[in-house]
Amino acid sequence: MENKITQVTLKNGMKVRLKEIHTAPIISSWMWYRVGSRDESTGTTGVSHWTEHMQFKGTKKFPANVLDKAISREGGRWNAATSRDSTHYYETMPADKIDLALRLEADRMNHSLFNPKEVASERTVIISEREGHENEPLFRLTEAVQQIAFRVHPYHHEVIGDMADLHAITRDDLYDHYRRYYIPNNAVLALAGDFETKTMLKRIKELFEPIPKGETPSRLARPEPDQKGEVRFSVEGPGETTFIQVAYRFPSATHPDYFPLQVFDGLLGGVSGLSSKTSRLYRELVDKEYAVEVSGWAEATIDPYLYRVTMITHPKRKPEQVIAALDAEIKKLQDVLTSKDELKRAVKQARAVFVYGSENITNQAFWMGYVEMFSSYEWFTTYLDNLAKVTPQDIQRVAQKYFQPASRVIGIYVPKGNEA
Amino acid sequence: MTKNSAKPSLPGVEDIYRVTLSNGITVLARSSFNTPSISMGGYLPAGSIFETDEKLGLADFVSSSLMRGTQTRTFDAIYNELESVGASMGFDSGVHNLSFGGRALVEDFPLLLQLLSESLLAPTFPKSEVEKLRVHMLTGLALREQDTSDMAAMAFDRMLFEGHPYSRPADGFVETIQSITRKDMQEFHQRYFGPKGMVIAIVGAIDPKKAAEALENVLGGWQVPGQVGAPALPACKPVKKTVKHHHVLAGKSQSDLVIGMIGPRRKDPEYFSASLGNSVLGQFGMMGRIGEVVREKSGLAYYASSSLNAGTGPGSWEVSAGVNPANLNKAIDLIQKELRRFVKSGVTKEELADSQANYVGRLPLSLESNSGVAGALLNIERYNLGLDFYQRYEGMVRGVTRADVLETARKYIDPDRLVISTAGP
Repeated sequence: MENKITQVTLKNGMKVRLKEIHTAPIISSWMWYRVGSRDESTGTTGVSHWTEHMQFKGTKKFPANVLDKAISREGGRWNAATSRDSTHYYETMPADKIDLALRLEADRMNHSLFNPKEVASERTVIISEREGHENEPLFRLTEAVQQIAFRVHPYHHEVIGDMADLHAITRDDLYDHYRRYYIPNNAVLALAGDFETKTMLKRIKELFEPIPKGETPSRLARPEPDQKGEVRFSVEGPGETTFIQVAYRFPSATHPDYFPLQVFDGLLGGVSGLSSKTSRLYRELVDKEYAVEVSGWAEATIDPYLYRVTMITHPKRKPEQVIAALDAEIKKLQDVLTSKDELKRAVKQARAVFVYGSENITNQAFWMGYVEMFSSYEWFTTYLDNLAKVTPQDIQRVAQKYFQPASRVIGIYVPKGNEA
Repeated sequence: MTKNSAKPSLPGVEDIYRVTLSNGITVLARSSFNTPSISMGGYLPAGSIFETDEKLGLADFVSSSLMRGTQTRTFDAIYNELESVGASMGFDSGVHNLSFGGRALVEDFPLLLQLLSESLLAPTFPKSEVEKLRVHMLTGLALREQDTSDMAAMAFDRMLFEGHPYSRPADGFVETIQSITRKDMQEFHQRYFGPKGMVIAIVGAIDPKKAAEALENVLGGWQVPGQVGAPALPACKPVKKTVKHHHVLAGKSQSDLVIGMIGPRRKDPEYFSASLGNSVLGQFGMMGRIGEVVREKSGLAYYASSSLNAGTGPGSWEVSAGVNPANLNKAIDLIQKELRRFVKSGVTKEELADSQANYVGRLPLSLESNSGVAGALLNIERYNLGLDFYQRYEGMVRGVTRADVLETARKYIDPDRLVISTAGP
């Protein structure tokens, strides 16, 4: 993949990342803000996600419902999402229509209305979104694991927010949040596709540079104290299926151990984007009938977060047996050096997934902005090289350091049949 | 807007290579050298339409077993070959077809074809693997039992397509999955798998002729003299009056609803009128008119949209939403009102123009990746659309009038003859 990009900071502090790709008449534009659920205090959990919803509820220039229709009319694809550390909005458009997306993002960076009537109707939409999540056993379990893993750090709560806060958040809570975080010096705009950099940059300056700079918001940072001893708990709910989630502490995306841990994850749970039926956990847990499904999952985050192994218990096993089988597999990685061939294989897998990803302009624009939320573009361009540098000794060391029972949380979803 | 801008490149007669292998398999190929990768997709007529009611889920079970062991490789060996090079491949089963797809870096394309051929021609259905899969399928059914949207959709199909193959869930029921034997699977494979009716699309960094030659080498020799062809689809029974069904699922925070009727087939001349009408009804912008009244104005649901599932036979045309159990009837009323409005006055000039612009504008996006193009080529073949379909597409979309949409809406939608299926507390 060609990685040459243009990186510019506008006079008001907004960062711009541009990458020309002339394979199809398409441009993808991603606007990122440094705000997410980790910036929320008790009482207003979910405010970042709700603010994201309100960004579709209109400005004077683009009233509610005009904005999404305007993008769709041009054949564009658009969406937005809120995560723990960031919030993003994207539009992928026919190349000659991208100006609409840029005008829209510039406008809603500081002209959104937050009309009280729209706030009221969106409240029930978001409550409905949460109720939909609550229907899923795995959401109930995942949310509980997170709440137990983080007592102090705001990674404690789910992005959607707690139901009590969704009932209590006011229009002013939302608007204050918007004004505080939606400022150019807290934003990154990334575009990839069929444009000429000079012309595009000129247009971006015209639209975004007049937006006044604000006070750069500080981020809520309450480090989670070390966990002293394993925590096991259960949640109960309807159904016949037992889910288990085991969460280990994982360092931030910029920690030197992040790359060995990525390779470790590929060996243990499989490389994301592939079928993962020859991962160690699949062979030992699914193939040997401890679990029906198993997956490993880590997120690139600013502060230390979690590595989670999620399993569906095989009907003939008890959760303790499944956890013991997982422990045995982790112990192997701690005790026995991984072969160099196995590491080479993991790197080839990651390279293939990278190549597939570069077929898609939207995906390339995504990466330019996403990495800025926790690191810089270099993180992305050196990713494969950093994976290739990982040694068997590194794998053993991180397995021993991060995968100790004393710092993990184990949650079990106990099914109570159909009468729960 | 730029001096070196890319040209729209829609697949057409001049760059789709279509050829029939010596045993009748149809191949469509198109090259794209933007990335060193290849996508493959295809299908053959070996879907659940061949199953009896007693063995429901058999086609699905067979498709899940194809890569669980072949005459030359074990399950682990197959996946080890694939995953070691970052390639992937999979099979899936629908009512009419067994479908497959895969991708690999270009240097690993021969491996992908080899494994495709082995899985199709020489699966062994190893006993231990079949039993493991059976547990996975039963677990899937247990999860389905607890899923409000799955349960609402299943009851909807049962009522809408009564007595028709589309009424049956392709993943079967607990008792049917338990009754399926290895012998059933072997027989299914022997009878229905073969080159007749099979189609493969290859898209990526390869010369199309070379791709077809490679396929001839691995699959051209496959002969199945007695391959049984698909039975004709029976007619659907018309819905005579609105029917309602609620499936009780305790302990849930949200109810799901599906409201709908029978729509057109993909090959029917009014397909584009129905599709554009559906876009206005429940797709365009934030889920069309349905999204507007149920979500934006009333705040009743996070998702509320409509879909048109036109395929080989007449598919469903349905509205679905997830709402708080207390708001279920309110949401149903709003949706019924929208359907009445839709058949009474159709769509406005502006609404139709919006959806037409959306259909034309989004085409390059859907054809951006190799897998997107492979899907488009299979679409052309399955519904006999013509190799120039995507080049004629804009004209067909723009040719639909308000009167066409209204006529089509009235042909298929009768607000007094709906199937309404809900699931929740």
